[in-house]
Amino acid sequence: MAILGAINPMLSVGLDGDNAWRLADYIKRGGYSALRRILGEQIPQGDVINEVKKSVLRGRGGAGFPTGLKWSFMPRSFPGDKYVVCNSDEGEPGTFKDRDILRYNPHSVIEGMAIAAYAMGAARGYNYIHGEVWEIYQRFEEALDEARSAGLLGTNILGSGFDFELFAHHGYGAYICGEETALLESIEGKKGQPRFKPPFPASFGLYGKPTTINNTETFASIPYIINLGGEHYLEAGKPNNGGTKLFSVSGHVNRPGNYEIPLGTSFATLLEMAGGMRAGRKLKGCIPGGSSAPVVPGATMMDCTMDYDSISKAGSMLGSGAVIVMDETTCMVKALERLSYFYYEESCGQCTPCREGTSWLYKVVHRIECGKGRADDLDLLSSVTTNIMGRTICALGDAASMPVQSFTKHYRDEFAYHIEHRKCLVPVDVQRAGSGFFTATV
Amino acid sequence: MLTSESLKRIDREIAKYPADQKQSAVMAALAIAQEEQGWLSSEAIEFVAGYLGMAPIAAYEVATFYNMYDLKPVGKYKLSVCTNLPCMLTGGVDAGEYLKQKLGIGYNETTPDGLITLKESECMGACGDAPVMIVNNRRMCSWMNPEQIDKLLAELK
Repeated sequence: MAILGAINPMLSVGLDGDNAWRLADYIKRGGYSALRRILGEQIPQGDVINEVKKSVLRGRGGAGFPTGLKWSFMPRSFPGDKYVVCNSDEGEPGTFKDRDILRYNPHSVIEGMAIAAYAMGAARGYNYIHGEVWEIYQRFEEALDEARSAGLLGTNILGSGFDFELFAHHGYGAYICGEETALLESIEGKKGQPRFKPPFPASFGLYGKPTTINNTETFASIPYIINLGGEHYLEAGKPNNGGTKLFSVSGHVNRPGNYEIPLGTSFATLLEMAGGMRAGRKLKGCIPGGSSAPVVPGATMMDCTMDYDSISKAGSMLGSGAVIVMDETTCMVKALERLSYFYYEESCGQCTPCREGTSWLYKVVHRIECGKGRADDLDLLSSVTTNIMGRTICALGDAASMPVQSFTKHYRDEFAYHIEHRKCLVPVDVQRAGSGFFTATV
Repeated sequence: MLTSESLKRIDREIAKYPADQKQSAVMAALAIAQEEQGWLSSEAIEFVAGYLGMAPIAAYEVATFYNMYDLKPVGKYKLSVCTNLPCMLTGGVDAGEYLKQKLGIGYNETTPDGLITLKESECMGACGDAPVMIVNNRRMCSWMNPEQIDKLLAELK
């Protein structure tokens, strides 16, 4: 089964069975009816965009930017080539929802992209799929073939005169390509280094043409919005946070996996759906929106609801909806060390503050973890983060800094203990038991 | 340099992009070359550049930028273990240590018989299945506890 649990779901309805991803199954559960209606009734482009605006669908990739507004930036009467691009380069640690959408419901993404292309006057699209999920890429290629054979992609779709070609592009292991302009560079066959903005992709995107890039889950939600109506979709969530969303729950829970819940559902409910904490241990901290989001202490997290506004009030970000759960067996210094290494490894090297700064962040956290920390290291870390943030072309520098700032703020005692006593506050055998790898030691 | 089967696959990739944007197929073409030859030699990279009508340096930039290209020979099987935070919390680091012990090699090393190369890798986007690892960039292996790892090693011959 694709999604382990759901409350009032849309995206994950009817996905049981091995053939749920096939075109025939998708059509049986109402698939392509939204595209059919739009093309059949020749609904004006502006009306489609308005429906998406009314839904208050916010981008599901991490930034939470209103999708309808983004679509309205496209110069849809511009006569030349225009592109719609799907960002399935899901590499933010903790996030694995798009993989399941493409695995079990790929036609919802294809239909959503076709509707987007119609609304913005684009004739060509690409879906950029994360390098490490080859099987998913292959399946998406098969789904594309099905859609082409059924006349749902290609020229004169369903006899409407609307043309839309869609192709899959396979990534090859670079986190930075999840940044939309790096992703465009990558499709163009270059190193994935982000572009300076402005100009924004809506005016200068793929091959220099107007382009709109949305996340997989965003596109997948479009058919449901058209079918339900924007207002009903909005009501499924809470004001300013329309609809349901997939949350990827990982770490120290009994049933890690994807869960679809209305935005505004309490974190406690989500945690319960994920089987609760492993071995009944205490929640120490939670990263609610993927590794780039600031960590939130357990007690604060238990009072949050899962939506953009509540998580932002708690000092973090809903991001991609990747919920990394850490119990009391976690050494927060080691956790931060691993995240800092990730950003150091994945910095594209273009901007000096990020290239040099992520290296400093990792080296300093590493030496604290190794028992070689110095008394002023926490001040040094703070200074490095403020010298990175806001001084780079893309958000990776900020993404590397926010975990450092939040971990050292909320778990300052643990870092101080490490520096003073040259060892973990959480004994190593407790950490090892927490991982559950060697079940005999738990 | 490459078999006609590989060239046919590359041609299919080129067809996905506008006629004047053949360079867009470089990532796929390098992946196909690597799949056929096991790794990317300078000759292979230059061949791909020539085939797509791009400067060799531009193809080198791509080959050196993306993590999944191997610029040195690797074993028959490349085993990439995710140790990023969500995997680490549920045994990713332990799984790596277990593999090192079993194979008698460290990360970025190959067993003396040339069978397995061990790599530490970044997030694969499958954290719900942690610990995860990938065989030869293609096959994702989920929930890799000691028994699962033993089973996988017995199978990789």
